[in-house]
Amino acid sequence: MPEMNTASMPDIVFAILFFFMVTTTMRSETLMVSMKIPTASEVQKLEKKSLVTYINIGPPTDTRLGTGTQMQLNDRFAQVTEIQDYIAQEKASMNEADQPLMTVSIKADEDTRMQYITDVKQALRQAYALKISYSARAGEN
Amino acid sequence: MAKSSRKVPGLNASSMADVSFLLLTFFLLVSNMDVDSGLARRLPPPTTDQTSVDVQRRNLFVVLVNAQNETMAANQQSTEWYANEAELRGEAGGKVALKDKVKEFILNTSNSPELPELEEQDFGAPIGVVPVTAAHVVSIQNDATTSYKAYIAVQNEVVRAYNELREEGARKYFNTSYGELTEEQQKQIQDLYPQRISEAEPKNYGGQ
Repeated sequence: MPEMNTASMPDIVFAILFFFMVTTTMRSETLMVSMKIPTASEVQKLEKKSLVTYINIGPPTDTRLGTGTQMQLNDRFAQVTEIQDYIAQEKASMNEADQPLMTVSIKADEDTRMQYITDVKQALRQAYALKISYSARAGEN
Repeated sequence: MAKSSRKVPGLNASSMADVSFLLLTFFLLVSNMDVDSGLARRLPPPTTDQTSVDVQRRNLFVVLVNAQNETMAANQQSTEWYANEAELRGEAGGKVALKDKVKEFILNTSNSPELPELEEQDFGAPIGVVPVTAAHVVSIQNDATTSYKAYIAVQNEVVRAYNELREEGARKYFNTSYGELTEEQQKQIQDLYPQRISEAEPKNYGGQ
């Protein structure tokens, strides 16, 4: 049986490797709240990840902490009143030209009560983070 | 001549594939390809004094999601109740879908006095001067215990109405789909059908 020439295999693997290296974004934070994102058909993709700030809302992953709605900002639980500081901090870490383009993506569990979302929205208004996005998965709802 | 005829020993590159495979698996594992997507919305700036903008009754389309996740859609012309999401999309219950009601409200093709007033505006070639309901507002209101899922479903239907209008506008004036238009043309269509969705301050209607 003639041996197959595998000399070009590293080249191919390198090509795939470079593709992943370029497209990859490192997982930045571990989620401490579990959420089932609602589906919607009219979603828009959020371009430019560097402009997006995330607010995660849902019941804690750790069931010892109960099932009440919690909010995670960066790597810790937070209260709604802390949003303003968080937004100010995130804004300060941004390029000055990008600051007006900052988008806040609200990733909330679909069973969250609207009261909580409304409170978050009001806090975002106070913090002048007016561009928001209700995170949703594409698909038929 | 002995020196120049000496052969350079070939480098054994067979393990190169293994090394690059290792790197590849590493990047495969740490990458997450999913781009976040969602319904984009713009919040009104905070107001220090509670000034409210007066909107004429005919210009207002109220979409109210209550604590039982039922939806009421009311303008001056008619009121409709939707008990669940299937009815909202017009798939069950034999009711007019919310998006069609919103579209009818925004267009007001019949120039009804109960729907928003039409106003002639110039949008530049090739649209020209057309009557639009420049002052219409779709107001989405919710109760404190409304579920987020129901709220997003209603938001989605309203956005769908606007998207369909823009698509129809693109077909009518540019003979192509909205996604195919240049940025300037998209801007024209957006000016023709601007998203005027208001998310009202929370109220506690059917609460505890």
